[in-house]
Amino acid sequence: MSNWTIADGYKYAKSDEWIKQEGGEALIGISDYAQNQLSDLVFIELPKVGASYSAGQAFGVVESVKAAADVNMPASGEVIAVNAELESSPETMNQDAYGKGWIIRIKLSNPADLDALMDAAAYTAYCNERA
Amino acid sequence: MSYTPHTEQDVASMLKIIGVKTVDDLFVDVPTKHRFPKLELPEALTQMETMWELEDLSSENLPAGKTAMFLGAGAYNHYSPSIVNHLILRGEFLTAYTPYQPEISQGTLQAMFEYQSMICALTAMEVANASHYDGATSLAEAVILALNTTSGRKKIVMCPGVHPEYRAVVRTYTQGMGVTISGDDMDTADPDTLISHMDDQTAMVAIQYPNFLGQIMDVAKVVRAAHEKGALVCVVTLPVPLGMLKPPGLFGADIVVGEAQGLGIQLGYGGPYLGFFATREKFVRKMAGRLIGQTKDVHGEEGFVLTLATREQHIRREKATSNICTNQGLMALAATIYLCAMGKHGLKRVAELCYHKAHYAADQIDAVKGFSVDRSKPFFMEFVVQCPRPVSEINQYLMDMYGIVGGLDLAPFYSSRKNQMLVAVTEMNTREEIDALVDALKEVV
Repeated sequence: MSNWTIADGYKYAKSDEWIKQEGGEALIGISDYAQNQLSDLVFIELPKVGASYSAGQAFGVVESVKAAADVNMPASGEVIAVNAELESSPETMNQDAYGKGWIIRIKLSNPADLDALMDAAAYTAYCNERA
Repeated sequence: MSYTPHTEQDVASMLKIIGVKTVDDLFVDVPTKHRFPKLELPEALTQMETMWELEDLSSENLPAGKTAMFLGAGAYNHYSPSIVNHLILRGEFLTAYTPYQPEISQGTLQAMFEYQSMICALTAMEVANASHYDGATSLAEAVILALNTTSGRKKIVMCPGVHPEYRAVVRTYTQGMGVTISGDDMDTADPDTLISHMDDQTAMVAIQYPNFLGQIMDVAKVVRAAHEKGALVCVVTLPVPLGMLKPPGLFGADIVVGEAQGLGIQLGYGGPYLGFFATREKFVRKMAGRLIGQTKDVHGEEGFVLTLATREQHIRREKATSNICTNQGLMALAATIYLCAMGKHGLKRVAELCYHKAHYAADQIDAVKGFSVDRSKPFFMEFVVQCPRPVSEINQYLMDMYGIVGGLDLAPFYSSRKNQMLVAVTEMNTREEIDALVDALKEVV
């Protein structure tokens, strides 16, 4: 058994972000595997609401006690909300990576982007091969 | 005598694993004609002969302690209490490397934490890093911080009163970055002119206090104007004047930097010196350099560590705001020991001595026919003297006749300041020395 969980119903990028589509919008965060690898998260640089990014582009940075990592868009879109609570409680991303640890909500500009991503099973295999 | 710890067996087994026969075989990728060039070295000297040769060379230098020193301009002849060298020359401090392993580095980490704390107290700022190489580096890093926190602004307004060499270093640092530096193409420092250069593209305004000419400007006015335009303000300062003057933090400065050589560090022919950097908490993640933090270990005991290392280049790589990942440890320690030995009252006393001696000297020099002191602005321990002849001639005379080191010739740095000398007076200048300078100047006219 591994030290991380992979949530069903989410899609995953190779750079360890998850995306949960909700109609024409989507929530984005980092996977439980990612937070486990990074260890205690202490800071996040959030994007501005209204900013647009393409799939694969970095939209923010997370910092743990030992590393700083870009957070990338699994799919293209415009940022319509950010989880400002993470600024005062970045550890939420460690505690609840798929729920309260969501980072941004976007309006998808090209829903087909999600087809290129891994489902839970593929991502589980991908994490296991790196462990 | 061989200083390497490897035995012949160690070397042989390493070569075997690599798959070569000799150490020379490891250099086969270097073209033959360059591989083992003939070095035209003179014959080796004995230790005794080496010492004689080096002593000959160093005897051509004139130590500041053997002169009456009136030259400042960024490096000052202040007194270094004997306890400073006594402690920093101890092997534990002299040879200690970067404290990556806090478990075995608590001594140096605590000293650096106390250094940071004292810099904050002196400047009235919220956080200070563990130091930079010198004042010029600190200013350059302040510029980089401002560029990174003002969303795309690319203009720096630079007061001409900032040390000319610091301004040159900033230009070197920012070349190729599309940054414009304006405001310093004139020879006088005036708040209103400086303010006229500020606009909504200005990332940062840099002023010096006291400035390069020793003068004290209206810092609060400049800070207000800069903040109205959304620009940051960096005040370049010195630690000794802060023993007497209101600290820049209380004027609302966003960043305070400067040269701390005056805190017990010898002139040393130009270095090593000590750049300090202090700022507001909100900028801490954009600040360059090492940062020591106070924390608790697994047993709940207080300890110190290198912290927020994720700012630094070796972790953040090309996204780091600076490539600096070091500090000036030994000199920061010297400054810390100096401040502990002098205390608040001692530093205040040094500042008062510098201020009063400089004002005595200014009064005496002003009374010499042919010389006049610039009184247009209040000054701390340096002042500008309009001389009747070129400064280089006057200084040659002072040195040849009396072994006096005169002040800085300002003409090379500010083109309209012909025959103007920047005179510095510190606690080290006795009244007799000052009077001797004045008498010598009377002969110069």
